[in-house]
Formats: sequence, structure tokens, C-alpha cells
Amino acid sequence: MSKIGVVTFPGSLDDGDAARAARISGAEVVRLWHADPDLHGVDAVVLPGGFSYGDYLRCGAIARFAPVMETIADAARGGMPVLGICNGFQILCEAHLLPGALTRNQHLHFRNRDQWLRVENSSTAWTNHFTEGQEILIPVKNGEGCYVADRRTLDELEAGGQIVARYIRGNPNGSSRDIAAIRNEAGNVLGIMPHPEHAVEALTGPSLDGLGFFSSVLKHLADAKAAA
Amino acid sequence: MARVVVDVMLKPEILDPQGQAVANALPRLGVNDVASVRIGRRVEIDFAGDADLERAREIADKLLANPVIEDYEIRVVEAA
Repeated sequence: MSKIGVVTFPGSLDDGDAARAARISGAEVVRLWHADPDLHGVDAVVLPGGFSYGDYLRCGAIARFAPVMETIADAARGGMPVLGICNGFQILCEAHLLPGALTRNQHLHFRNRDQWLRVENSSTAWTNHFTEGQEILIPVKNGEGCYVADRRTLDELEAGGQIVARYIRGNPNGSSRDIAAIRNEAGNVLGIMPHPEHAVEALTGPSLDGLGFFSSVLKHLADAKAAA
Repeated sequence: MARVVVDVMLKPEILDPQGQAVANALPRLGVNDVASVRIGRRVEIDFAGDADLERAREIADKLLANPVIEDYEIRVVEAA
């Protein structure tokens, strides 16, 4: 069984939900601790949402220097699938594993609602279960989710198919080009602002669309093992 | 002790909604001649010994500012 590690930083909020979503999808979950650089043999890592280190200075700026992040950054550069959700996306940008940055919502309000997204790229480790153009509904909840990058970087993201999901039927935070999720060039690192881990059960979520991210990585890992 | 001050500002092309909110509040103070307000961050670093500008630059580069969206300026300030 593939092992998915879920990191807990001081101030993480959604580590429990992320672990639960991974478990429901059929993964063995390993809880990772910010101060422990050991990844304990996991095959993939989720950086969950929340307010790591109180979001002091900038969101994700201090988490980037956590001992576990140095190991994760090396592993990510070596091809390990890494999913950053919300605060996790901010951490990936601060760690320069993804380009650009996430800034204060343009309207300055915290936004918490169910949000429609269009999946733009299904060639990543985390989105291969979706079809391109598929519309999915998952919760968004952020105060600093406005994705920004210079025009050249945005154009490169577009040209390289690195925009993985866009907000549709309303942009909740002013994000450039309606960007909700991006991937690195290799496709193993994905940052997403909305929360797939909150859409995995009918009782608590608006859909089960979030499961697709976790089943995608399990398929990706199984295919990689079969090919090895 | 020697103090180095780092001023961090959003790059001019990055929207500053906080600054805009402040600018929009100014007419309520009766101030109507302000074209724009931008908000940044001032960081004071006190070195135990002499001011180390190189080290301060490294701190600013790696942690205090995110070069994707922010610029910074560094200066040594005489201790009071």
C-alpha cells in the first residue's frame, strides 16, 4: 500500500482532514512532524492548510525553513509527489518549488464557500483521475489566496500547461487569470488554494470531487511501481 | 549594539489592497488630496556587535522579503 505523509506544522489546521481524505482514498497515512526531517519512508507528501507559525511575516515564509521542509524540497526535486493545499500552496511558493506568490485577497475579505473549478491539466501526479475541462466543486477558504506572478511567468505557466485548475463562476480572491492551482514543470508538485480534503464525504462536503486528487496520486504511485 | 533597518515594500506592480483600503478611508478624515497609499513593513535588526550589512542583506533576501512580490532597502541606523 502506498504511504502518504501529512505534515503538521505549529498552526496547521487541516492536517487531520488531509490524513482522513488520504485514508478514505486507500492510502496508508503517516503523520510527519515539522521538526523531524525524516520522511519515514513515505511515497508522497501533503502540506495541509492552516496558519503555519501563525502566518507571521508572510504566509508560509517561516514554515519553509522547517527541518521537514528541507527534506521535502530535496525529495520534490527528485520527483516525489507533493501536494500543497492552501497554506501548503503558500509554503511551496515560499520554498520556490512553485513560481509566483499568494497575496491578500483583493477585496480584503476572508472567503469561505463552495467553489466551482475547471480542471485544466490532468497530466500531473495529483490530477490524472480527472478529465481536462472537468468541472468540480470543492470548498475554498482563504484570506491570502490571490495568486500573483509577473506576466512572463504567467505566460510560461499557460504555455507549459502548468495551470492545473481555474476558478469558474466567480473568482473568490482576485487571483491572476483565475488561477486556483498550478504545478511545477515536472508535474509532481501541485499547489492548490481550495481544499480537496474537505470534499471527500457526502456528510460534510459539497461533493466527493476532492477524492480525485488522492486517488490520482495513488494511481501515479502504483504505475511508477509497476514500471520499476 | 548596532541597528540595521530593513524596509520591505510590495513591488510597484503588485496590487496593495490594504493601501487602497486606507486611501479610501482618507476622505472620511477630510483628506481629499492623496493619490495613493502603499503599506510596507519596517524590520529592525539589532546586532550584538557591529552592524553586519552583508548578513542583514542575507536575512532580508532569504526571509524578510519575498523577491517575487517585494523589494527591500537596508540601512544602518545610529543607536539612540
